[in-house]
Amino acid sequence: MTTDPLPIAAVDQTAFTRAMMDAAVDTPKGLRDSQNRPAGRRFNVYRNNVAVSLTEALMQAFPVVTKLLGEENMKGLAGIFLRAHPPQSPLMMFYGDEFPEFLAGMAQLSHIGYLPDVARLEQMMRLSYHAADTAAIDPAALGALTPEALMEARVSVAPTVHLLRSPWPVVDIWRFNMIDGAPKPQASAQDVLITRPEFDPQPAALPPGGATWISALMGGETIGQAFEVASQENNNFDLSATLALLLQGGALTEIHRKD
Amino acid sequence: MLDTPTFTHLPLKPGVGYKPQHFNDIVSHAGAVGWLEIHAENYMGDGGRPLAQLRHLAEHFPISVHGVGMSIGGEGDLDRDHLTRLKHLIDWLNPASFSEHLAWSTHDTEFYNDLLPLPYTNATLARVCSHINQVQDLIGRKMLLENPSSYLAFSESTWSEPGFLKEVSKRTGCGLLLDVNNVFVSATNLDFSPQGYIDQYPLDLVGEIHLGGHDEDEDDHGHPLLIDSHGREVVDPVWALLDYALDRAGPLPLLIEWDNDVPDWPTLEAEAARAASALARVSTEVAK
Repeated sequence: MTTDPLPIAAVDQTAFTRAMMDAAVDTPKGLRDSQNRPAGRRFNVYRNNVAVSLTEALMQAFPVVTKLLGEENMKGLAGIFLRAHPPQSPLMMFYGDEFPEFLAGMAQLSHIGYLPDVARLEQMMRLSYHAADTAAIDPAALGALTPEALMEARVSVAPTVHLLRSPWPVVDIWRFNMIDGAPKPQASAQDVLITRPEFDPQPAALPPGGATWISALMGGETIGQAFEVASQENNNFDLSATLALLLQGGALTEIHRKD
Repeated sequence: MLDTPTFTHLPLKPGVGYKPQHFNDIVSHAGAVGWLEIHAENYMGDGGRPLAQLRHLAEHFPISVHGVGMSIGGEGDLDRDHLTRLKHLIDWLNPASFSEHLAWSTHDTEFYNDLLPLPYTNATLARVCSHINQVQDLIGRKMLLENPSSYLAFSESTWSEPGFLKEVSKRTGCGLLLDVNNVFVSATNLDFSPQGYIDQYPLDLVGEIHLGGHDEDEDDHGHPLLIDSHGREVVDPVWALLDYALDRAGPLPLLIEWDNDVPDWPTLEAEAARAASALARVSTEVAK
């Protein structure tokens, strides 16, 4: 059997990627085996490598979402996501920024309303994990201030700190799926503080008003001004309990006294 | 051998690709392992455990930084943010070596997290050399360029792969990283002699050798199709090809790559010990 040799054909990277990301697009002419036959399923190695490596990156990034969906469903969703939102950077440690919004937009997942917030929590935990190291203040430095000086002080918050306000018990859902023996989540809204005491980010549920207070501190308000805002939201706002969570998490890096 | 340019400061010992789950074992039972290789992109965060572990390891082991995301063969410009991140990493870590791949992984703004193949043409040559010059100028040192695993060929290619790599080195002054598993995979997939490839390869430009495991599949015609998976032991024919290369090149830093289905430390260390034996054999012969 003889066949005419295939003509030489250039393959640019636009054509290569188009076929790689869409199996319905023909393999570019010009890709061959050693006998000058069309590459055929040899090209599928690249299609497969890209899909598998990005899917694995997402499963590693979102372990609780993966557990809640089941591996097969997660793989199916990842396959859709990675084609709609391929990475925009070689730093795979952050890939998946748009995954929570993507989940929120999937009509067939609307019965698991808390899923996007669980994904947001997991993405924040990754950002915290890789955030810059900073030295935490000694809690005694706050205790040394008079109550007036404390209320007039501003603080700097570590880059490891993230806040998430959720209508779902998102910390309890996370714990229930990550920690053996954690209690079953009860239906309630939760505001979440993520801190990184050393190397492992920790999520904690905040008392009512806590998220507003921390958010105001991060916006540059004094401790007292932030307290006013938080108290408007909840007149039982517990400043000392919220402050204790920040201090335990090494979340404060500087105190700026009023000069 | 005295006039051989020095591309790396890695010791003539086996190293392994570093996996965080092995941190404690490496610190306490390094065994045959004399140096470590990291993937650059995994250490481009701002802080936390990855950088703390790397700082600690760098106090005890020579470190090789191996990039997997620069897209040296990309049609577009190199990613400026990524170049800045690489320079920052190289500046603070001062590694014993920096290497990247003859491949591309980014197109327009999209990163595909795989090492994609290039046609060996004059246009590719000019682009790859320009990108390597840009990287080397920025980081202030010579890099090593690694030969890829091939699953297919480009009809438009006009250069052999060893000839192409030699020309890149001639034009840019870069060194080469010879991956003998990639040679074996490509040779099987594209029906050439792996020993013949080594014979054509400019071994005097090699600063490091990679070894890894591969998977086996078939193409549409039932022809063997090996896939560079880094998910198992190095197979015997690849160890034999290593001996073939070392017999001609003399001792070189050797690296075991095992990135998927990562084994426990004793299994990985045993692969490094096997690499140490291969090095000891050729070192003894050089001494004779």
